[in-house]
Amino acid sequence: MQHLSYFELVGFGPNGWGWALLTATGMTIAVASCGFLAGSIVGTFVAWGKIGGNAPVRWLADGYTTVLRGIPDLLVIYLFYFGGSAALGAIGSLFGAEGFIGVPAFATGAMAIGIVSGAYQAEVFRGAFQVVSRGELEAARSVGMHRWLMFRRIIAPQVLRYAIPGLGNTWQLVLKESALISVTGLVELLRQSQVAAGSTRRPFDFYITAAILYLVITWVSTYLFQRAETYSLRGMRRAS
Amino acid sequence: MSNGVSSLSSQTVPAVSITNLRKNFGSLEVLKGVSLKANEGDVISILGASGSGKSTMLRCINMLEVPDGGDVTIGGETIKLKAGRKGMVPADQRQVDRIRSRVAMVFQSFNLWSHMTILENVIEAPVHVQKRPKAECIAEAEELLAKVGIADKRNQYPSHLSGGQQQRAAIARALAMRPDVMLFDEPTSALDPELVGEVLRVMRSLAEEGRTMLVVTHEMGFARDVSNRVVFLHKGVVEEEGPPAEVFGAPKSERFKQFISSHR
Amino acid sequence: MDFAFMQEAFLRLIGGIPLTLNLAFTSIAFGAVFAMLLALMRMSNIKLLDWPAQAYVFVFRGTPLLVQIFLIYYGLGQFRPTLDALGLWGFFREPYWCAVLALTMNTAAYGSEIIRGGLQAVPHHQVEAARACGMSGFLLFRRIIFPIAVRQALPAYGSEIILMVKATSLASVITMMEVTGLAAKMISQTFRAVEVFIVAGAIYLVLNFIITRIIMAIEWWLSPHLRRPPAIEPRLEAAHV
Repeated sequence: MQHLSYFELVGFGPNGWGWALLTATGMTIAVASCGFLAGSIVGTFVAWGKIGGNAPVRWLADGYTTVLRGIPDLLVIYLFYFGGSAALGAIGSLFGAEGFIGVPAFATGAMAIGIVSGAYQAEVFRGAFQVVSRGELEAARSVGMHRWLMFRRIIAPQVLRYAIPGLGNTWQLVLKESALISVTGLVELLRQSQVAAGSTRRPFDFYITAAILYLVITWVSTYLFQRAETYSLRGMRRAS
Repeated sequence: MSNGVSSLSSQTVPAVSITNLRKNFGSLEVLKGVSLKANEGDVISILGASGSGKSTMLRCINMLEVPDGGDVTIGGETIKLKAGRKGMVPADQRQVDRIRSRVAMVFQSFNLWSHMTILENVIEAPVHVQKRPKAECIAEAEELLAKVGIADKRNQYPSHLSGGQQQRAAIARALAMRPDVMLFDEPTSALDPELVGEVLRVMRSLAEEGRTMLVVTHEMGFARDVSNRVVFLHKGVVEEEGPPAEVFGAPKSERFKQFISSHR
Repeated sequence: MDFAFMQEAFLRLIGGIPLTLNLAFTSIAFGAVFAMLLALMRMSNIKLLDWPAQAYVFVFRGTPLLVQIFLIYYGLGQFRPTLDALGLWGFFREPYWCAVLALTMNTAAYGSEIIRGGLQAVPHHQVEAARACGMSGFLLFRRIIFPIAVRQALPAYGSEIILMVKATSLASVITMMEVTGLAAKMISQTFRAVEVFIVAGAIYLVLNFIITRIIMAIEWWLSPHLRRPPAIEPRLEAAHV
């Protein structure tokens, strides 16, 4: 095997891994996005439980965020991957199937990310809700808005606006966390780099490429979140 | 006198001498050539409306603000300055530190170190800047705290004290450095009216000890009764100067007359 | 739920606690020193120091820790002859040192931002009072700026320590048998993910709870000035001067 230059290696030529890496980058973004959205749904409910729930609900919601923020994400991923497989295996054996049934890695990954980032997003939403002025909520009540309407028209838009910076931070966390999904075999960016590193024996070249691609995603998403923040703050009084 | 120690004998060397001091903040000219001499034992009250440059002048004496022109001479030693990238800077930080340890300052907002007890605040500079034995500093600090009337607060933290007590602690901290000159930057302006008296009493007793004091203040009573000289600054220049009886009895400047009538 | 199995799992997993704590605290200790250096570089107002520190923080905060670990442990293997010649191969061959290095460099990036925040939050007038007493340079930093900054930064640094304890789990991917490594091995042997997860999760929660308590105790000890004054003077000698 002739020695390829770095750019031949990661380029789009016949011996290049360019397309594979780009596809894997897409997979990283896809699994991170799905996990992030799942986390938004989880986070909304948990935040709701923390703010408006009765004592047991609040206790559960607080317990959820404490536990999920106190244990390593990798453990959660193992739980979903191996636990999911075990559950599928148990169901499978009822129908006569035997042995290990792998769960789809993408679903496992997105779910694990959703469960973990839900805990972080719940705190972001709760913090943002606390900024919404009590007076505006009273005003909404006074014009006869019922709960769902008030949530949809008054609370949600404002909470989302105040939550954007916190959500941006959580997204960065999720993006980096998605690299852990590689342990389940999902061919996202890190896994693809591992495969390529193994087959070419050029680990440094591929891992540094992966790092650069992660940086690019981080950089672009930071920019987008900043744009979103500026947009959402239009019409708001400047702090300074 | 441009630099170095003066050859004159110590009796005739002024404790503080500033000549033709100039200071700009951006395009704003705050000091337009101010000169002032304080002999040993002088208590000089510096009056003026806000924005007259009186605090800036005081802060130039210990180089918290670096003047853009003119000389500051402490006990015959002129502080060396040089041109930096953004205006003038001290040429010799060690000289500045040495002079600062002889010129103590009491601030409007006390500026006690929040993470240290009152006693720790008082012994900090003597122990760590002047490198005096700690036991000696503690003994002296206790005397000073007793003198300003807060001996019982020695192990409390600044946030536990009233404003008047904090300012008295700050005065004790300044005294602990055995300073040749004391600068007071509006020491009672941040205090509730009922707490002003206790601080002024301490300052009066210091004046009676014969300490050299430069006091930026709005307290006309202090200026009239305690100080032996009054300087009135207006728009960066000395507008009126003299013994209190003279300047309050027969003010020459129209602006000083207005100032007195609006500050009784 | 099989309690006998969970007990067995517990006994096996606690064997990983020393390594977990070892990795966490070694890298936090080295990382804090490095973080301090980075923070000072960022605040130096010298472009030649500020810019590299800024780039460093951007790179290490913008890439996954696992990528950094792989880059150091597997990636540097590509330069084995060079590292051999430099006598560094012994270091980079060891997964322990690679994990410590990656964790250290990672926490330094986050820590430097925390320290910088703490330094910037030191009230200007407290520094001015010290300058007026003749303090400058290192003395001013050591006696006034640093003690105040540490108090401001401690809560955030506490969170960083918890994050680091969690982050040590990634060392399991390069064969380190700390708590998560042992848990993963046990799951793959027994396929009883839920039980092992509960035990391992509980171990981490207890560790983090204890660490949180210790940090809170340190905060309490460092901030008598934020508490109510004691009713009676408890002692007459000066406190930790």
